Amino acid sequence: MSIHHIRVTINGKLYEGDVEARTLLVHWLRDGLRLTGTHIGCDTSSCGACTILVDGKAVKSCTMLAVQADGRELLTVEGLEQNGKLHPLQEGFHVEHALQCGYCTPGMMMAALALLKRNPDPSEQEIREGISGNLCRCTGYVNIVKAIQYAAQKLREPEQVPAGSGGGGE
Amino acid sequence: MTTTSAGPHVHGLGEPYKRKEDARFIRGKGNYVDDIQLPGMLYADIVRSPYAHALIKGIDISKALQVPGVVAIITGKDLEAAGLAWMPTLSGDTEAVLAVDRVLYQMQEVAFVVAESRYAAADGAAAVEVDYEPLPVVVDPRKALAPDAPLLRPDKKDRQPTNQIYHWETGDRAATDAAFAEAEQNGVVVRQDMYVPRIHPAPIETCGCVADYNAATGKLTVWMTSQAPHAHRTLFAIVSGLPEHRIRVISPDVGGGFGNKVPIYPGYVCAVVAALKTGRPVKWIEDRTENLTSTGFARDYHIHAEIAADKEGTVKALRVYTLADHGAFDAAAQPTKFPAGLFHICTGSYDFKHAHVAVDAVHTNKAPGGIAYRCSFRVTEASYLIERMMDTLAREVGKDPAEIRLQNFIKPEAFPYRSALGWTYDSGNYERALRLAMEKIGYEELRREQAEKRARGELMGIGISSFTEIVGAGPGKHFDIAGIQMFDSCEIRVHPTGKVLARIGVQTQGQGHETTFAQIIAAELGISPDDVDVEHGDTDTAPYGLGTYASRSTPVGGAATAVAARKIRDKARKIAAYLLEVGEEDLEWEPGRFYVRGSPSKGKTIQEIAFAAYTNCPPYLEPGLEAVNYYDPPNLTYPFGSYICVVDIDRGTGEVHIRRFLAVDDCGTVINPMIVEGQIHGGLTQGLAPALYEQLAYDEDGNVLGSNFQDYLIPTAMETPRWETARTVTPSPHHPIGAKGVGESPTVGAPQAIANAVVDALAHVGVRHIDIPITPWKVWAILKEKGLATA
Ligand code: FES
Ligand code: FES
Repeated sequence: MSIHHIRVTINGKLYEGDVEARTLLVHWLRDGLRLTGTHIGCDTSSCGACTILVDGKAVKSCTMLAVQADGRELLTVEGLEQNGKLHPLQEGFHVEHALQCGYCTPGMMMAALALLKRNPDPSEQEIREGISGNLCRCTGYVNIVKAIQYAAQKLREPEQVPAGSGGGGE
Repeated sequence: MTTTSAGPHVHGLGEPYKRKEDARFIRGKGNYVDDIQLPGMLYADIVRSPYAHALIKGIDISKALQVPGVVAIITGKDLEAAGLAWMPTLSGDTEAVLAVDRVLYQMQEVAFVVAESRYAAADGAAAVEVDYEPLPVVVDPRKALAPDAPLLRPDKKDRQPTNQIYHWETGDRAATDAAFAEAEQNGVVVRQDMYVPRIHPAPIETCGCVADYNAATGKLTVWMTSQAPHAHRTLFAIVSGLPEHRIRVISPDVGGGFGNKVPIYPGYVCAVVAALKTGRPVKWIEDRTENLTSTGFARDYHIHAEIAADKEGTVKALRVYTLADHGAFDAAAQPTKFPAGLFHICTGSYDFKHAHVAVDAVHTNKAPGGIAYRCSFRVTEASYLIERMMDTLAREVGKDPAEIRLQNFIKPEAFPYRSALGWTYDSGNYERALRLAMEKIGYEELRREQAEKRARGELMGIGISSFTEIVGAGPGKHFDIAGIQMFDSCEIRVHPTGKVLARIGVQTQGQGHETTFAQIIAAELGISPDDVDVEHGDTDTAPYGLGTYASRSTPVGGAATAVAARKIRDKARKIAAYLLEVGEEDLEWEPGRFYVRGSPSKGKTIQEIAFAAYTNCPPYLEPGLEAVNYYDPPNLTYPFGSYICVVDIDRGTGEVHIRRFLAVDDCGTVINPMIVEGQIHGGLTQGLAPALYEQLAYDEDGNVLGSNFQDYLIPTAMETPRWETARTVTPSPHHPIGAKGVGESPTVGAPQAIANAVVDALAHVGVRHIDIPITPWKVWAILKEKGLATA
C-alpha cells in the first residue's frame, strides 16, 4: 500500500501527514487529526454527516480520499466559531432548536454554509434543496430550515436579528 | 437574567428554555462513541454470512492472520470453548454471538477480526475463508408454519419443536364472538388484512462500542451506544461472570436511538471478549449496511382485524389475529410478561365493549429483533390497525371518518377508563383534540374542496388519526426487562452555594434531558436551570435505571426527578424553620424561598438554606442537602392526539404529495414546549417514513433489499412537509407533575393519517386499503386498474 505525504490547510491551520492512498479524508480528519466533529453515518455517500468545505464547496468527506485534499483548504465544523464568537449558523441552530442528538448537525451546518455562500437569500424550497443531501433522523427539518433562515438574515444584515431569548450554556 | 419582585425568574415548567446540551454539539465537540480513542486501541471488523440459511463446514483464518496489522481473530468455536457462543435475548431466547455451525440470516456474525487499524481489520475480515453449505430459506412467516417447513432452530428443538415461538391471546373470546354473531345478523362487520412492514430505526449514528479491560484492577469499561446502560451492565455481568461492580458501562453522547440501541448485539460482546483476550482496548463500530441488515428491526406484523358494529356504526367488538415475524432469534425488546408488547392497546380511543387479540410469532431466516422503532412496544402496529379499521367502518356505514370517531370515542367523563383488554387509561379528552384539529385545518372547507376536485377528476384525500398511546412502563410489578423492574431514578445534590448536580437513571439520545430535567428541578426548587447540571449514562455514577425508550423518560424518570426535588424542598423547609426560629407549619413557599407567614420579608432563599445545610445545620438533622428517589409508577400514561393529513395524488406518476399535516397532541403537562414541538416534528417524520418510503424487504433467497441509504429511503428535507402543530393539555392524574411523555406519539399516530388520506382520495372508486409504504408504484397500479392513470 503506497504511502503519501500530504499538506492540507484546515480551519486556517496547516496540517501535514503520511496517509495510505486508500485512506478516506473523513478517517484522516477523525482518526488522524482528531477533528471528530465531522461524523460518519453511512457507506453510500447518502447521509451528509461528513460534509465539510473544500475550497469553499460542500463535499462529503467520506467520498474523497485524503490524498485528494493535498494542497487544498478545508473548513470543518471546528472552524466555524471565530475568536469565541459563534457563527450565525451555530447560533441559529441553537436558537431555533434545530438539533436534537446533534449527530447530523456539523454536516448540516456545513452544507448550509455552502448554500449561503452561493445564495445569500434562499427561499424555503431552496434551503430544502440545499440540505437534501443531508439526513436528519431527529428534527423533521422544520427547525433546520428556520435556523438557516436565521443565519441567512443575520449574515445579510447583522444587527437586525434579536439575540435568542433564554440561556442554555451560551 | 430578569428578576421580578416575586423572586428570581425561573425557567420552570412550560417555558421554551434553550437547550443546555447544544453548546457542545454546535461546536463539533460532542463525544460520540466513535470519537473515543484510547492508547493502544485496536479496531474490529466482523465477518458476516452472505447466506440467509447455511451450514458452516469450516472456517479458515490462517490467511487472515497473515494480513499485516491483524492481531487476533475470534470464531464461534473459540467462544463455544469459553462458554460464550450464545447469549440470552430480552425475550427469553438464546442468540448466537458468533455462529458456530449454522447461519440463520444474511449478515449474521461469523467471525470477529481485530487489528491495528480500521483498514487492517477490514482486510483481515476479507481474508477469512468460510465454507458454507446453503440450506432452504424461509422468508414468508406463513410458510414457516407449514408442516414441511425446515426447522430453523434445531438448537432449541427440545423446548420448541416447530418454527412457532409462541401463541399468545388476550380478551374475552366468547363474548367477542357473540358480539360478532349479533352484528352479522343485525349490524355490520368489517374486515381487513394489513401488513405493517419490517422497518429499521436507522439513527444517523450506527451502533458501536469501545471495550477496555484493565487487568491490574480487574475493571472492564465499555463505552457503548446504549439506551439502557444499567440493564446492559447487569446483563454483561450475568453473561460474562465478571463481578458487576467491576463493570462500568458508559453511554456517551448518542446519535439517536429510536429503539435501535436497546438490545445487546453480538458486536458488543465480541469487543469485550477481544479486549480480555488481547489486553488492549477494542473499538467496534458497525457500518450502515451492518446496521440496517443485522441490528434490531421493528414491526413485521401481518394483521387481520375485524370490527363488529351496529347499523349506525357504533362499535361493539374488535377481533384481531396477527402473525408476527421475529426473524431467526426472538430478540424482541419487550417487557417479559408481554410477548406482543402492548399490542392489546389496539382498541385505541374507542369504547369497545368486547375484544379479543391473538398473536402467533414465528422464526424466519431474517435478522432478529422486534424492537420498538420510536414506539412503546407494538403500540404503532395497534394504533395503525384500529385507525385504519375505523375508516373502513365509516365507509361501510356511509359516514364521514370524523363523524365515526366522534360517535365512538371514549367520553371525557369515563376516565379513568378500563378498556375491554384490561388497560386503565389515566385521562383523556379525545373529542376536544379532534375538534381542535378539524377547526384548525378547516375540515369542512377541505371536504368541499375535495368534492369539487373529484368532480374535475383531481385526486385529493383527507386522513384522520385519533390515536391513543400507552407509555411510561412500569409499574414494576407488571413490567420488567429480563426480570429487572421498570422503575427509574434520580439523585440530586445541592452544593453549599446552591448549585445543583442531578444524576438520572434514564439516558438521552437527543431528547434534551440535560435541559428538561434541569427545568423540572428548577421549577421545584425555584432556581434557574442554568444552576442545575444533569448527568446520565455512566453506570458508575448515575443511579440505577432502566433507560430511555418507550417514552418512559418523562413519565418515570421525570417523576423520580420531581419527587427527589420535593424531598430536597422538604428538608430545606426544616432547615429554614430552624434558621428563622419558627415552626415548619409557619412557613410559606414561593419559588426559591421560604418565608414566615404574615411577614414576607422574613425568609430564607434556597441558596441560603443550602449553605446552612453544610455550615449551620440543625443538630437534629443530617448535614448536607441531597436526595434520591427510585420511582415506581402506579400506572402507565396515555398520551393521545388527533392528526389530520391532506394529500394530493399525481394521476400521472402515482406520487403522493402531502399538502398539509396538522398534529394536535396532548401529552399532559408540558415541561418545555420548544422541545416538545421538536420531538413532534421528528416523530412525525419517522411516521411519514414508513407510511411512504421505508421497508426492509427481502427476496425469496433471504437477501436484504434495503441494506443501505440508497435502497432504504429515509425522508430528506425535500420529502418532509412543513409540519403544523397544536396542543390540548389533559394532565395525567397520577404523575407528580402531570406529564405523560411525547417523543413517540407522532411516530405512532402519523402513518395511518397518511394512509387514510391516500385511501380517502381513492375511496370513491372502491379502494379500501393500501399497505404501507404507499409507494408511487402501488398507487399508480391502482390508478391504472381503475382507469384513473393519465400516463
Ligand atoms: S458518511 Fe454518509 S455521506 Fe459521508
Ligand atoms: S439531530 Fe439527530 S440526526 Fe439530526
